[in-house]
Amino acid sequence: MALLQLDNVHAYYGNIHALKGVSLEVAEGEVVSLIGSNGAGKSTTLKTISGLLAPREGEVRLQGKRISGLPAHKIVARGVSQSPEGRKIFPRMSVRENLEMGAFARKSGAEIKGDTERVLDLFPRLRERLDQKAGTMSGGEQQMLAIGRALMARPNILLLDEPSMGLSPVLVDQIFDIIREINARGTTILLVEQNALKALEVATRGYVLQTGQIVLQDSAANLQRNEMVRKAYLGEE
Amino acid sequence: MSEARTGVGGEAAVARGSHVDPFTEEPVTRAEQRRKQAIFAGVLALVALYPLIHPAVDTALGGTQTMLPMMQITLFVILALGLNIVVGFAGLLDLGYVAFFAIGAYTVAFLTSPQSPLVQAGISAPFWVAMVLSLVVAALFGVLLGAPTLRLRGDYLAIVTLAFGEIVPRLFLNLEQWTKGSKGINPIAKPLLFGGYHIGDPVPGFTLTVAGQPVNSGQATWYWLILLVGLLTIFLISRLRDSRLGRAWMAMREDEVAASFMGINLVQTKLLAFGLGASFSGFSGSIFASILQTIDPSQFDFSVSIIVLSMVIVGGLGNIWGVIAGGFLMGFFNFFLAPNADDWLGGIAERTGLDFLAINLEDKKLLIFGLALVLMMVLRPEGLVPSARRKAELHPDTEDTAAAERQTLYGASDHHAGGD
Repeated sequence: MALLQLDNVHAYYGNIHALKGVSLEVAEGEVVSLIGSNGAGKSTTLKTISGLLAPREGEVRLQGKRISGLPAHKIVARGVSQSPEGRKIFPRMSVRENLEMGAFARKSGAEIKGDTERVLDLFPRLRERLDQKAGTMSGGEQQMLAIGRALMARPNILLLDEPSMGLSPVLVDQIFDIIREINARGTTILLVEQNALKALEVATRGYVLQTGQIVLQDSAANLQRNEMVRKAYLGEE
Repeated sequence: MSEARTGVGGEAAVARGSHVDPFTEEPVTRAEQRRKQAIFAGVLALVALYPLIHPAVDTALGGTQTMLPMMQITLFVILALGLNIVVGFAGLLDLGYVAFFAIGAYTVAFLTSPQSPLVQAGISAPFWVAMVLSLVVAALFGVLLGAPTLRLRGDYLAIVTLAFGEIVPRLFLNLEQWTKGSKGINPIAKPLLFGGYHIGDPVPGFTLTVAGQPVNSGQATWYWLILLVGLLTIFLISRLRDSRLGRAWMAMREDEVAASFMGINLVQTKLLAFGLGASFSGFSGSIFASILQTIDPSQFDFSVSIIVLSMVIVGGLGNIWGVIAGGFLMGFFNFFLAPNADDWLGGIAERTGLDFLAINLEDKKLLIFGLALVLMMVLRPEGLVPSARRKAELHPDTEDTAAAERQTLYGASDHHAGGD
């Protein structure tokens, strides 16, 4: 059974039909990339998963149980954690406090402490800046914090929304290395990216979203070779 | 009293394993902390002993009454601490806080005044019970106001709360069969202490004369009760700030969407801010009603909301000790300086012949409040005693954040390049 499943999801912003029957699956242990151009509905898809937007039709299931229609905080409690677009770290809190907020839904102090150590091992940069106000860090560091904070919820599935946005090429490489590492340590990832090239490099499978519909789905390797994907998203003429 | 102080300021310190200054929320040394605790204990002792020396001050000021203003100031500091939950902790701008103050006051009046239809129908309660109910009723109305405004933020929320603050006193004005309208309800029960003694009555057998004037023991007992409630409020609110709920408020204030991604129940968190904030206003209202013994709707106009909000903003949004300082400062102006300055200025004008000094300050009180707020916003937007967070937000340049940002950006890139 798929860990996460979207079944014919239709979502609207007012009267605007943003998702027109999106169906996708993420199996345990996978990295699945959702690629597409600006406004294709990538972030909207994540919003319907995380509960910010309720689908008008269709449903989202986690481990076979329907989660669509639940409020956002309950979906977090079920093990869906998100590093949002634009990072949305808490700028006036320290790095440590941000990470603590990530574990807000959890109870065990000892477990949280252990997870904090694991996250800091993954992002040594954050360890150096534990007491710094998060808003004073660079974009790359903030992105690391956003991912680290999402991991603090010990999610069954990690949703990453545009983790490479606004970062220098060196940092982009670094972030994707970390994504690979997180997955290698056992976390399932659904990755939404405009940087299709990078997204398909780390992914097991991929979906291509176009004006609210899935137009293509395949293994990441096949998508990288696909003529249409190469032209539209990988910048080849 | 120094224990209470440790409990209050030491919360964050325990969590961090180091000492934190409650004024600035920055780490301090143990010696420094001791020194500050000593100062706090000294100030508190002075404030607590004030009723015993008030006749001397009154006489020195030419017969001006200072006990009632002191009681009002202390009570309004409690109000400011309550509003700070909503505005400072949770970041929800509430311009109608007076509504809960009125609701608390009228709850006690309905339950204890012989003029109330409830009491006439045989439903009455002693003051203490009515006080607890005033807290509960105000909290319920807080939730009631919070519920429809959940989706509103900033300006829109301010407008709705402003309207609520206008509607409630108007309702009390027009429900004449219940409230006697503008004539007001009186008398209102006083708290029964023991042996038939009510707070506010002269203490039997107590005669103390200072500077040739008797100490007003009735006002003194009221004052001490308010002070006690105030200390309890400080304790409760600092516990709230450092609690799980307090962290949820802080996260919500910074970014609602991110907060919901942390698993924070936004609906519950907001309603608790409104409800808990309102409850402090509610029981303050019950005390206010009992002190004055008579309440009417004109006592609960918009200016009360504004005075309390100015206390919070001038002191330092979000910082408990800042709010207390701001509360005393603005309260001193509002309840003592403005009402009395006319006499003093008039006297000076008479003696010196400088007629322009004979101005009516009371009339211009709100103008001066407005000016103070504008000046504060321009000169020191973080408040007199800012929380470290607000300071960082409002004065990024002084913290060399821009420089730090540049440095970390390059530092980060170098680090990664090296790591690869």
